[in-house]
Amino acid sequence: MKVAISSTGRDLNSMLDTRFGRCNYFIIYDVEKGFVKAMENRGQISGGGAGIAAAQQIMDEDIDMVITGSMGPNAFNLLRNSDIKVYQCKNIQVEKAIQMLKDGGLEELTQVGPAHAGIGMGSGKGFRGGR
Amino acid sequence: MNIAILSGKGGTGKTTVSTNLSLVTGSNYIDCDVEEPNGFIFLKPSQIASREVKMDYPLVDTNLCALCGACAKVCQFNALVRTKKKITLFEKLCHGCRACGLMCNHGALTFGKRVVGRIEEGTLWDIVCKRGILNVGELMAVPVIKELLTNLPEGVNLLDCSPGTSCNVVCSLQYADSAVLVTEPSLFGLHDLKMAVQLVRCFNLPLSVIINKYNREDDRIERYCQQENIRVLGVIPYDREVVRVYSSGKMVVQLPEYRERFEKIAKNLREVFPWN
Repeated sequence: MKVAISSTGRDLNSMLDTRFGRCNYFIIYDVEKGFVKAMENRGQISGGGAGIAAAQQIMDEDIDMVITGSMGPNAFNLLRNSDIKVYQCKNIQVEKAIQMLKDGGLEELTQVGPAHAGIGMGSGKGFRGGR
Repeated sequence: MNIAILSGKGGTGKTTVSTNLSLVTGSNYIDCDVEEPNGFIFLKPSQIASREVKMDYPLVDTNLCALCGACAKVCQFNALVRTKKKITLFEKLCHGCRACGLMCNHGALTFGKRVVGRIEEGTLWDIVCKRGILNVGELMAVPVIKELLTNLPEGVNLLDCSPGTSCNVVCSLQYADSAVLVTEPSLFGLHDLKMAVQLVRCFNLPLSVIINKYNREDDRIERYCQQENIRVLGVIPYDREVVRVYSSGKMVVQLPEYRERFEKIAKNLREVFPWN
């Protein structure tokens, strides 16, 4: 069982990034074998469709489960249709999030977050045109 | 001759200037702010003909598709995704570039058309009034702007552009021979004017400035224009009467004092960008 965790850094000590499409890295973790790798999220640098690009990467890596904070409608539907389970977590250490998943302490994400939530962090990156 | 009217900052008076200048000079009015075109509210053209703007988008033949994912990989806009079961399209992200079709080795991709907006064209006396309208929920305005600005009428066309310096403005400028920048004497107005000037200079177009909401005490725009050697064509005072007329959907040039002002601006405009 392979898990992908949206992360701010490259190792298990990093903090979980609650944004899915715009996180810096995905930590790939095998529930049986442990840490596999960290991969850069291609979504973070894309002009639009960040969640979609991130979801494509997750699907290409044959991931079974995702841990993140929230997810927009496009990515959510893609993963759901590919039978990839999404679990919700706060911004805690990636290692702790994995432990919580193993202990059954994480809830499955059932509600879609707002679109474009991970953009700009309030700096108002222009959504009028811009591409 | 196409003159782009732009501003940088929104709400400085691009539409006020474009519609009133169009009336005073008898130039055609082209509303390129396809996300929210509002010039027709003031000019009220009649005999409006409308046609649709369509964009290409890929159709996947699931019988031929090998799920290789080459189409999704080449897409620069994340419009195509390869899932385990099928290729999924997010049509609103598709730019219609057809790169996916070039990459498909299985002949599984064909292209359909979908409507993203429309072009309206009417007249006010002998002035042609055209505008593009982007459908609500669509993300990309450029295809509508391109369609709008292809085959423009003869003579002088005033292109009333979108605010900002985004793709929409860049696209409009590609069709322009010169540019008039409308600004206001405020920090925000000056900041965005500088960005707009930078953009217009990338295109090597002659440019000049009109200062709207002008007040005598604030000369930051004039100082900047002097520094940059940019001609100020005229000013429109910060005047309650202008706002009253504008907000009731009427033309500012209905006020005799302002007709004179706009005629003067038009005269200066002809000096800067000569036309017959």
